[in-house]
Amino acid sequence: MSKRRPYVRSMDGWWRKNPYFVEYMIHEGTALFVAAYAGILLTGLLRLAQGEAAWNAWLSALQNPWYICFHLLALAALTYHTYTWFKIMPRTMPPVIVGGQRLSAWAITGSGLAVATAACFGLLAVVWGMAR
Amino acid sequence: MAEKTIEIEVLRYHPEKDREPHRQVFEVPFTDDMSVLQGVQYIKDYLDGSLSFRWSCRMAICGSCGMMINGIPSLSCQTFLRDYYPARVRVEALSHFPIERDLVISMDGFIEKLESIQPYIIPKEPRTLEQGEYLQTPEQLDAYEQFSSCINCLLCYAACPQFGLNPDFVGPAAIALLHRYNVDSRDGAKAERMELVNSEEGVFNCTAVGYCSEVCPKHVDPANAVNQNKTNSAADYFLRFLAPKGGAK
Repeated sequence: MSKRRPYVRSMDGWWRKNPYFVEYMIHEGTALFVAAYAGILLTGLLRLAQGEAAWNAWLSALQNPWYICFHLLALAALTYHTYTWFKIMPRTMPPVIVGGQRLSAWAITGSGLAVATAACFGLLAVVWGMAR
Repeated sequence: MAEKTIEIEVLRYHPEKDREPHRQVFEVPFTDDMSVLQGVQYIKDYLDGSLSFRWSCRMAICGSCGMMINGIPSLSCQTFLRDYYPARVRVEALSHFPIERDLVISMDGFIEKLESIQPYIIPKEPRTLEQGEYLQTPEQLDAYEQFSSCINCLLCYAACPQFGLNPDFVGPAAIALLHRYNVDSRDGAKAERMELVNSEEGVFNCTAVGYCSEVCPKHVDPANAVNQNKTNSAADYFLRFLAPKGGAK
């Protein structure tokens, strides 16, 4: 008879056991803010479809200090989410060869962040221009 | 001058005596050139001969001596006690694997996975000796070279919570090796290996934690192999609608 009796350790609380996993859970958790913010925008769209009064009521609801606090929190969460998203990007792509050399992970992350920042400010400028 | 010592706390488990693992602390003479492996070897040689662990080369190439050292998957031969001294060092069998005894894990599941990926070249075009060797350009070599550095030490599995939660997941090292053969210009068995990539046990168990690549002692990037194959798997799935005869399975 075999004397083997392999012991399987529990996975309970696995993410608290290593700072790397704690950071992983935090950056994955920021996705909830992305979802919540998408929910707010969709509500706005729904209110817009319901007519001017509903739209104005939604706009004034957004003036609530709690909403403003949430937006600041969401901005911070989304910024961190964007950073971690581009940080992991080089690990998810096939090698990019430029001039016979592999593009470094740092160059891929840097370009991603630069494009995302430019797109954000570009969109902000367009909306700003339309609102004036 | 009194001899310096360091405490090494080992997670012990004896399948015939213990219901569950328990911790035991040993006091080991310390010199600043001692690896953690040398520390546990001292315990086995002078303090408790029943302590079980795997080791062989002592130079980070055999991949045998992987352990959790203060909770980090590490090769004990290239982790030094001086980096912890005077604090106590905690040593445990690699996470996410069943403990066979003390620091020895059960590798059965991994060996089956390794076999299943067919980790050898299945030639695209069989060549006779007279036809000579297969030629490869430096670019073709570069496509797979880093993935061929894997030494099967399993640190990446101990770093992968998704493998811990679902031991059926093919996992980082086996997928890195699978990718190594799939992107080799001499190989022709990609379609066969893609069945495993696309399966329930395949790449979509990965949630891009990325810690597997951080702990790899040979600078392989298993997370990259796994995630490139998510794209390959998605392409495989959608392209079959376009390909004649239904494409890959």
